[in-house]
Amino acid sequence: MSEREPIRGSAAEGLACPVLNDGAGERITLAHGEGGRAMRRLIADFIRPRLGVAAPQTLEDAVVLPAIVGPPVLTTDGFVVSPWKFPGGNIGCLAVYGAVNDLAVRGAEPIALTLALILEEGLPLTVLGEVLDSAASAARRCGVRVVAGDTKVTPRGATDGIFIVTTALGRLVEPSPGGAGLIRPGDRLLVSGPIGRHGVAVLAAREQLGFCPEPLSDCGPLLPAMNALRAALAIPRAVRDATRGGVAAVLHEWAADCGHTLAIDERQIPVSSEVRGVCELLGLEPLHLANEGTMVLAVPPEDCDAVLQNLREQPGMEKAALIGEVRPRDVVPVVVRRALGREQPLIEPVGAPLPRIC
Amino acid sequence: MQFVDEFRDQAAVIAAIQAIRLRASRRWTLMEVCGGQTHALLKSGIADELEDLIELLHGPGCPVCVTSTERIDAAIGLAQRPGVLLTAFGDMFRVPGSQMSLAGARSAGAAVRPVYSPLDALAWAQRNPRQEVVFFAVGFETTAPATALAVLQAERLGIKNFSVLAAHVCVQPAMEAILGAPDNRVQAFLAAGHVCAVVGYRQYAELAARYHTPIVVTGFEPYDLTIGLLACIEQLESGRCDVQNCYPRVVAEDGNPSALRIVSQVYETCDRDWRGFGLLRGGGLRIRPDYAEFDAERRFAMPAEKAEEPGRCRGGEVLSGRIKPTACAAFGIECTPDRPLGAPMVSSEGACAAYFHYRGLRLPHSAAPRQVQS
Repeated sequence: MSEREPIRGSAAEGLACPVLNDGAGERITLAHGEGGRAMRRLIADFIRPRLGVAAPQTLEDAVVLPAIVGPPVLTTDGFVVSPWKFPGGNIGCLAVYGAVNDLAVRGAEPIALTLALILEEGLPLTVLGEVLDSAASAARRCGVRVVAGDTKVTPRGATDGIFIVTTALGRLVEPSPGGAGLIRPGDRLLVSGPIGRHGVAVLAAREQLGFCPEPLSDCGPLLPAMNALRAALAIPRAVRDATRGGVAAVLHEWAADCGHTLAIDERQIPVSSEVRGVCELLGLEPLHLANEGTMVLAVPPEDCDAVLQNLREQPGMEKAALIGEVRPRDVVPVVVRRALGREQPLIEPVGAPLPRIC
Repeated sequence: MQFVDEFRDQAAVIAAIQAIRLRASRRWTLMEVCGGQTHALLKSGIADELEDLIELLHGPGCPVCVTSTERIDAAIGLAQRPGVLLTAFGDMFRVPGSQMSLAGARSAGAAVRPVYSPLDALAWAQRNPRQEVVFFAVGFETTAPATALAVLQAERLGIKNFSVLAAHVCVQPAMEAILGAPDNRVQAFLAAGHVCAVVGYRQYAELAARYHTPIVVTGFEPYDLTIGLLACIEQLESGRCDVQNCYPRVVAEDGNPSALRIVSQVYETCDRDWRGFGLLRGGGLRIRPDYAEFDAERRFAMPAEKAEEPGRCRGGEVLSGRIKPTACAAFGIECTPDRPLGAPMVSSEGACAAYFHYRGLRLPHSAAPRQVQS
């Protein structure tokens, strides 16, 4: 234990609490999660400054917020992505966008965010700093304040580096999407951009597949697009960010909720050449891959053009596309028309996609 | 995307289908050997389009499917040993053994990890010298060169904690068994393009002549498949039984000599138990005694346990082309990709999985395709 005795942090880092320094830089120790001085200094000197303007003067366990007008909307999400960093983002911005996107697609404006960090003993402080910087930048971009937080440290091996849990509070702003129960035959199905980018980026980073160019995650905010749709009074019936399980999982959930058949056309679905290449090589279905800044929308037919036009004016959503329509319920809940014009059932993903043999 | 889009061109595929319609004077029975072809034929709709003229019997070319339950149990047994990490291609994870799958074993605490290549398993062994890393080598001649290469690399780098549990299978003895069966109905083969990319197709000439059966080396994209089917029909209609290469951009007559060289350096043929076929003479590859230290079977004294194939699964009959997946009473009811009774329902090349995903819930005519318009 003597070699790994906690020592004082360097003055340059400004961290006057016990940290490990094994020559590879300062690291998180169990003391940082045990409620004493080490934890207090970590929060005061390291976490709070990095959350920058987004953080209030005091980072409370519980915070009293001003009264809000309209129904509150609440969401919570846990983030355990491995690796913590991937092309296009890291777990910090992912945790913020993930929670705020859940509010945005429900038609809510974010008010406040809480951030719980679960850190593995030995995590380099540089990693924590990068994650927090990324989270702070995402929060600023979404105009949401981090108002409370929590820090826990687990013994080495119990956490994969860093896990984050975010809870976001917002208020519903009318007019808002009513939800999947309102979807009816004739409605159009849209996606806001090329699909599967996050899933492929994380897969390529995790397995070090070495693709060139490196596939980039779509990790980003959906709030500006939802605000633009509201301003244009082009209100979808339902919107969902197509995270784990991808577009296929959203369509299946919607089909179950609305009781109709959702039919999409493979040829109209935007897929980037990077994602397509990876899927061809590994035998994966882009419709099953995760997205973190791409949404699926169901819109009344008369609003389809307006919604598409508004989406395409958003940075990063230039490739928003009409991908299908809603029909009266058939035997199959979700069908996809394949390249040769034949329709087939679109299966729900079973667990995580696994690499194929050949 | 180059080398993909031009072989999915709708107009070219439709033209080839029309050529088949013009040429076929009757309904013929063909077998596509490879499970990848089965999936592509069903996913693209070509199988449905030509159903009245071509009966497709789905072949045994799904290495995951033909791997016997005993072999899967052996892999799980290794994974459960302390200090052993079992690595395998993702396809194997959900395939049921007699008690559980590799995924189930992992949930219960066994060390199992999916890899994209046997060289990834080797790299893992190099990084974790105190762990015994075993690669569960499943696959036809297509994957054998990569596992042979991993063994040669391990030897060259002096890596002592890496071994291979060989479950490789060779496709030609299975084709022979099908043609030689008294109830054989196969009139022509679409040979597996990627196997031929390694082994070539010269060796098929004797088989085609002996059983008077055309063998057409075929690829996996819709256009490749229709061209392969057309070649079969042309031959059958004109009474020929040639070996023909319809996948020349990938396959040469002598295959890939460098790949074959390293395979024969590391492996030797052996008899192997195939699900649906039983013991096939020369149906497998095992590691040569020269490389015994990399052979998991020799390295870990493994008990030879006999495992029963699951009784209600008719996967064996599906794999030998005797029945269609939908003829099995369990199909889609007791046996689904979520809860498979046998490998063909869960493998990405399994015929049952192809039927379940692309055909099992065949759409009624009322749901005929309509153009999506805004």
